[in-house]
Amino acid sequence: MNNICLKSIDKDNPSSLATYETMGGYKVWHKILNGELSPEKILEELKISGLRGRGGAGFPTGLKWSFMPRNQEGQKYVVCNSDEGEPGTCHDRDILRFNPHSVIEGMAIAGYVMNATVGYNYIRGEFMEPYYRCEEALKEAYDAGLLGTNIKGSKVCFDLYSHLGAGAYICGEETALLESLEGKKGQPRFKPPFPANVGLYGKPTTINNTESFASVPEILSRGGQWFANLGVPNSGGTKCFSVTGNVKNPANFEIPMGTPFSDLLKLAGGLRKGRTLKGVIPGGSSTPVIPAAKAMKMTMDYDSIEKAGSMLGAGSVIVMDDTTCMVKALTRLAHFYYDESCGQCTPCREGTGWMYRVLKRIMDGQGKSEDLELLLSVQDKMLGNTICALADGAAMPIESFIRHFREEFEYYIKHGKSMVENDG
Amino acid sequence: MISDQAKKEINTWVAKYPEGKQSSAVMQALTIVQKENGGSLTNELKQAVADYLEMPTISVQEVATFYENYNHKPVGKHVVRFCHNISCMLNGSDELISYLEEKLDVKTGEISKDGLVSVKRVECLGACVGGPMCQIGDQYYEKLTKKRIDEILDGLK
Repeated sequence: MNNICLKSIDKDNPSSLATYETMGGYKVWHKILNGELSPEKILEELKISGLRGRGGAGFPTGLKWSFMPRNQEGQKYVVCNSDEGEPGTCHDRDILRFNPHSVIEGMAIAGYVMNATVGYNYIRGEFMEPYYRCEEALKEAYDAGLLGTNIKGSKVCFDLYSHLGAGAYICGEETALLESLEGKKGQPRFKPPFPANVGLYGKPTTINNTESFASVPEILSRGGQWFANLGVPNSGGTKCFSVTGNVKNPANFEIPMGTPFSDLLKLAGGLRKGRTLKGVIPGGSSTPVIPAAKAMKMTMDYDSIEKAGSMLGAGSVIVMDDTTCMVKALTRLAHFYYDESCGQCTPCREGTGWMYRVLKRIMDGQGKSEDLELLLSVQDKMLGNTICALADGAAMPIESFIRHFREEFEYYIKHGKSMVENDG
Repeated sequence: MISDQAKKEINTWVAKYPEGKQSSAVMQALTIVQKENGGSLTNELKQAVADYLEMPTISVQEVATFYENYNHKPVGKHVVRFCHNISCMLNGSDELISYLEEKLDVKTGEISKDGLVSVKRVECLGACVGGPMCQIGDQYYEKLTKKRIDEILDGLK
């Protein structure tokens, strides 16, 4: 456990350059600077590794990097998405706080592969501790001559800067993040063109998540096949999971893909005394909820979670026991999307508000018998009808909560109070 | 309008971006002047940022109103930003927010009578394994209990 991105977590001075180097850090970067590792070889290893974008979409990282027009003249950029804000997700924060050099090395390698000489790490505005740790790490890397122009006489150039957001979940969407980085409202761009062709300041840009970048040095150091073998087919390697909610010891765990959910639950101390499992949101608030029986049978990888009716997403496991009022839980999620919709697309701007207001009305004891059908109809009209996936993320919990826990919603509408004792 | 110190800080941000792309620094510029102004923005400050970064006023206004971390009305000396999203909720954030409101005799969104503290309910702050949690200034406070809240409030001056 905790062998790659979180491997420094129990060490003294976990974020320091010295600690990173004792764990084999910057070995790959030195190889590159010595001309011993070609971009083609790196892309090949990444493809073999099966690393998929850890931010939620799960797009193969090696393939994404190969889309960049590396031989095209002009400035190109590498951007790290450290705008972690999906409810239930907080492992990138720990990578930034405890292993910032892995992100720096991963980004530098990406810059080399894609011929991009400038990188930005977009850190959410509230993450000041992670930001300061990253700034210290950057200073160490520059002082050690690991970044800059013509690094150690290799002709390789890479400059890296931290950027701070100011509080907007939507900026985790990659094109909204680029807009924000340019100093605008974080409203997603229509695609195509994709960022690999028209990205930051109109230049070719590749955006990866923090955990994806942090995984790259270890993969290249130990080989793509080594990483792939840690996981299961179609879900290579290890993944960081945040386990939160009704468990004894909420924490982040970096475990092999394919680990049974029941084992992960045990790692988090299991349920509290006398409680039974009700439902699990496996990949962050935007992914559908899974009822207990199905969850206990799933393993933590892309295919198994999909088979169980949800998505691995960002690896954010929200555990709900029998004390949870599902109407209240869904209302809180609906409020989140209502608050965070950027307002650009009508189905999302209006739909998230509708869904929240209908749920609020149910919670206030004013629910009507037709409200569940109304909610289902609104979410159906949002799905797939907007520029970005925020609307889908708002819609999917609605459908899944009502499908799996319909009687709780019906009870609330009929009686004006929660079916769960001591709640609502 | 913008102090020399603030200008110096803004300049370090402007230097991170390509020439002519100084508008990339607008979010930090607003953060910096807001902090200097006691935690909130005014139209004059937004105008000053627009002038300083050579941006249209409306572009700065758009940014200032789009992002959550800018305040457009005065706030307490310390702003307690309490997460109420699902992971924190499942571990009792609602009860703690009520406790905080009662203790300070304020509602969320208001400033305490002595002007020291205001309380804001916010969405996920990305520290879910530490929930219930809140942010005051740059600092995160995790695994909160009523006792811990008492201690934190006692420490605010």
